[in-house]
Amino acid sequence: MTASVETTLRSGVEVRLEDLRRRYSGVTALDGLSLTMAPGELVCLLGPSGCGKTTALRLLAGLEEADGGRVLIGGEDVTNVPANKREIGMVFQAYSLFPHMTAMQNVAFGMQLHKVGPAERRKRAGDMLELVGLSAHVHKYASQLSGGQQQRVALARALAIEPKVLLLDEPLSALDARVRARLRDEIRRVQLEVGTTTLFVTHDQEEALAIADRVGVMNAGRIEQLGPPTTIYSRPATPFVAEFVGLTNRLPGVVKGGEVEVRGTRLPLVKPDSSDGAAIALVRPEAVTLASDGDMLPGPLIGTVIATVFLGATSRVTVDLGDITVLAQLPTSDAAALTAGTRVRLSLRKDPVLLARDETAPTEA
Amino acid sequence: MSRSRRAKLQVFRVVTFVLLGAFFLGPIWFMFEFSTRGIGENSPRTLDAWKAIGTYPDLVAGIVASLELAVITSIGVLVVLVPTMVWVRLRLPRLRRVIESISLLPLTIPAIVLVVGFSPMYQWMGTNFSDSILTLSLAYAILVLPYAYRALDAGLAAIDVKTLSEAARSLGADWFTVMLRVIVPNISSALLNAGLLSVALVLGEYTIANNLLYPNLQVEIVSLARTNAGVSIAVAVASLLFAFVLLVALSFVGGQRGVRRRNRERLVQTFARDFSGGTR
Repeated sequence: MTASVETTLRSGVEVRLEDLRRRYSGVTALDGLSLTMAPGELVCLLGPSGCGKTTALRLLAGLEEADGGRVLIGGEDVTNVPANKREIGMVFQAYSLFPHMTAMQNVAFGMQLHKVGPAERRKRAGDMLELVGLSAHVHKYASQLSGGQQQRVALARALAIEPKVLLLDEPLSALDARVRARLRDEIRRVQLEVGTTTLFVTHDQEEALAIADRVGVMNAGRIEQLGPPTTIYSRPATPFVAEFVGLTNRLPGVVKGGEVEVRGTRLPLVKPDSSDGAAIALVRPEAVTLASDGDMLPGPLIGTVIATVFLGATSRVTVDLGDITVLAQLPTSDAAALTAGTRVRLSLRKDPVLLARDETAPTEA
Repeated sequence: MSRSRRAKLQVFRVVTFVLLGAFFLGPIWFMFEFSTRGIGENSPRTLDAWKAIGTYPDLVAGIVASLELAVITSIGVLVVLVPTMVWVRLRLPRLRRVIESISLLPLTIPAIVLVVGFSPMYQWMGTNFSDSILTLSLAYAILVLPYAYRALDAGLAAIDVKTLSEAARSLGADWFTVMLRVIVPNISSALLNAGLLSVALVLGEYTIANNLLYPNLQVEIVSLARTNAGVSIAVAVASLLFAFVLLVALSFVGGQRGVRRRNRERLVQTFARDFSGGTR
């Protein structure tokens, strides 16, 4: 980072959302959402469409009013402060550069409103565009920039006003996969350099897990689980989180004595106090290993490979067990020999598993 | 496309252009011809009627009043309509259809019926507020509403009003700044179109002014036609030419802005390509 950028940007502040509530004509978008972000932290809100993640971000930005709850930025209650006085930088999902201004003018716009002098404005705008790698494009209009470049200018514009909080509302969703991955890393690099507390909203789990200090998985207006990406992935707190984040096998089993028996294998439970009876165990593909040698006599964990998908370093293998299919994720070197039709023996790693409601089981009226 | 077909299309275009040109320019030419006739048979062409325009104080007053009305109406309609339409798009999208219907309503009501509605209001205004001809701008604002609405609606539909204004708000802009520095520059063509339509409509309006007894340009032209048809027709031609020149001037201004910007963009692109080697 250039020295000038370093000196002009302020360090992050704590952000707290307390019991936020919002309804839209009878539909609950936020149902008592609470979240505390540490200074300089990047938190991702992850969830399916309609879960309330964008609403939470818009309430923090002041672009919408909450029905209840409080928003605190740096310890100051800003619940009733209008958007233009909250000192928040925001990058939108849609391209939001002002079409009649150049990249430089776009970045300088906010500083002009904050009464920064012309010379200082030009210098800082130049520094910001350099920070996002667009020094060569300062005099271009939005129509002359690619989607990725436009979003980088939007990021520079948001950071140029030295915001207390940076809000990113699915800024990568309109971009193609390659640009997306590159810009994602760039956003993280810039965020770490400037140290601004950042809320990133996305429905893309890969994006959230790759970029965030902590991920908040949202469902029906609430945060179901908030934690570091590794915890969210490897120790999901609820069946919703387990099924939403990453791929999951739904394997029928029977709960007995704090364990679940799945096709002859006893697996520990995340919640050992679950009641006995039929259940669905949620098992990650990485917890399934395959062997194609040795005894292949018919059994509950003997099946046939029906597809292998190459994913780069790993491959995903689909195995037909007769009554169900199971996904296994293996190193590509191990999966190379597992072509369609190969007989394999499955084994399940004894990680604690979550249980999902068995939707096929009869329910009491 | 074959050469013969292209030639046929070209002929069709030229014929259509000539016919339509004759349809629109023919009456104007004959009006001009009439306004330059001398008195008596075989007398030479003269511009006496044109030169006499300035010697009729009532006519000059009518011209000035109509020009003032055109300016006041255009500005008034734009000042009221632009923020309203932006606000409806941002905050009350469900009301868009209602606002559109209300705005288009004057199209369906004949001017003479509007006069019946306006009459009591203007009587009251004349007694309690002002009987200035400039109060006609209120009635004219309603009259030009459908045209201005259509032009502005097309302009606003071409930009993402919500995202642009939210981006500006997050950068610290109040609503006035959002309107003036973000929305207006991006709908400048629509504003010009709406303004031009308003001016043209106000300059040509007769029914309301005549029935409410306000002497605007058209009323004075008709009145003058009874005593000096040559001058009356000369003024009518002049007002048509004025509207035409205004139209061309505004198109030229809009076009020049586009050309200047395109030239600038082209220059920047060339510079970037030649010197920076930047990627998109």
